[in-house]
Amino acid sequence: MTTVAIVGAGPAGLRAAEQLVRAGLRPVLIDEAAQVGGQIYRQPPAALQRPAKALYGFEAAKARALFERFSALQPQIDHRPGTLVWHIEGRNLHLLQGEQAASLPFDALILATGATDRVLPFPGWTLPGVFTLGAAQVALKAQASLIGPRVVFAGTGPLLYLVAWQTTQAGGAVQAVLDSAPANARRLALPQLLARPSVAAKGAYFLARLQLAGVPVLRGVRLLRAEGSDRVQRLHWQQGTRLQRSDCDAIAFGHGLRSETQLADLAGCVFDFDELDQAWLPRRDHAGRSSVAGVYLAGDGAAILGADAAEHSGALAAQALLNDLGGSAPAAAAPAPGQTAHRRFRQGLETLFPLPADWAAQAQDELVVCRCEEVTAGELRACVRDTGTRELNRLKALTRIGMGRCQGRMCAPAAARLLADAAGCSLAEVGRLRGQPPVKPVPIAALAAAWSAPGPVPAEERDD
Amino acid sequence: MNGGPLLTRLALAPRQALTFELDGLACSGLAGDTVLTAVLALGQVLRQTEFSSSPRAGFCNMGACQDCWMDSADGLRLRACTTPLAAGMRLLTRPGR
Repeated sequence: MTTVAIVGAGPAGLRAAEQLVRAGLRPVLIDEAAQVGGQIYRQPPAALQRPAKALYGFEAAKARALFERFSALQPQIDHRPGTLVWHIEGRNLHLLQGEQAASLPFDALILATGATDRVLPFPGWTLPGVFTLGAAQVALKAQASLIGPRVVFAGTGPLLYLVAWQTTQAGGAVQAVLDSAPANARRLALPQLLARPSVAAKGAYFLARLQLAGVPVLRGVRLLRAEGSDRVQRLHWQQGTRLQRSDCDAIAFGHGLRSETQLADLAGCVFDFDELDQAWLPRRDHAGRSSVAGVYLAGDGAAILGADAAEHSGALAAQALLNDLGGSAPAAAAPAPGQTAHRRFRQGLETLFPLPADWAAQAQDELVVCRCEEVTAGELRACVRDTGTRELNRLKALTRIGMGRCQGRMCAPAAARLLADAAGCSLAEVGRLRGQPPVKPVPIAALAAAWSAPGPVPAEERDD
Repeated sequence: MNGGPLLTRLALAPRQALTFELDGLACSGLAGDTVLTAVLALGQVLRQTEFSSSPRAGFCNMGACQDCWMDSADGLRLRACTTPLAAGMRLLTRPGR
């Protein structure tokens, strides 16, 4: 029996599972969450269940359809919720299910690991009450609670407006939406955004509703610092030459999304620098085949294209996997219909929500870049100055940036930019943080228990 | 303490109360809460950093940033944003002894 493992039960992973079940396979679907849906279609616990429309807004029908198809197929899927893949060695996944370690040998693997907020920090971002945009949305969707009560939304990207509107709609007191993108970005982006007019219209709707609700929406904003005694109490910011202050109880911020690529790295995938995502991403062909035979990539974990593209890429990767298993000839290397529109739209989003280009140059030495190890921008610059390092893993070894519990998930985009700026080279040239097992903290007791259980020792590893 | 808790619950159907301890004080959360929600619906801090002892209250709320690991008086460590609240938990915002 062929074992196909899918990591991630968001839109990409669910569609991949569906495709495999239709072909008669029984895939193993592994996800850290208790319920399927990923972050975009995250489901609250049973005690907090609400109508789909209240949870997912415009996307309610898609969420419902995905869940209904999953329910119908569930008996044919080996679903492992609450399970972390913390390492990949060859054709073996190392799992942690609750407190129990286990391993799963696989024949083929689809990585649909999703994304988290990409953040370019500002002084004070470690204060209690400062969250990511995703965090504010999870609090609302999965826990029916609002951060704040008075909250400022900041950064840039589609999520900025979406979560600010969802919060307003749920009764939150949104003090302001502060977008770092320049005021003329909308006009410049429009031609590309029309590649997906319905999605563009939703964005325009959120903006219009925010403005109708009286929420100040400002563009061209630079975040100066958050202040407060043991919690955030105000945010200082600048628009043009105007210095401003917003009193608040919470801040949600983010600058688009960042693919979760650690597992692809551990699986041995080759990475390339992606100009659009401004990040190193695992190489894949049009159907999602990685550089490693039998390992496939789908969804936002492979490249940030959003939930609709994720569904499509999940199905595509599963089909490629089935073709490869069956030994049939790979499909022609043309982009699938729709993918070009997604890509063009994504380019439009980059024009609409560009990252602040001078972020690294403007970051003060005192800025804490790494939340885990409390490494500052000044320490990174001093290291570059004193050692001449131009490579991110070297910088990690010397300063501990990216070495903490989050493995660089939160600091890597900022650290890479600071390094490139200080060393006078491009973002591509500084490289990327290598993935290290365990990709998330794992209790040593669980590993000890797993390894003390006697198992067969492969012949090549016997030393007697 | 400056101001109120970091999280405000939406008014929904009543839920079962779950009692737990926070730094030795009896507290109450609701069925369906994560540890993070239960603690931040009452206060403003989950933990203190190892290096500067500055307060932290989570950040990503989806198990990625690892900035919400709490100690329990029973010697356990738990990630507040992904751990469901259970009755009888004895949570600490300062390192356990």
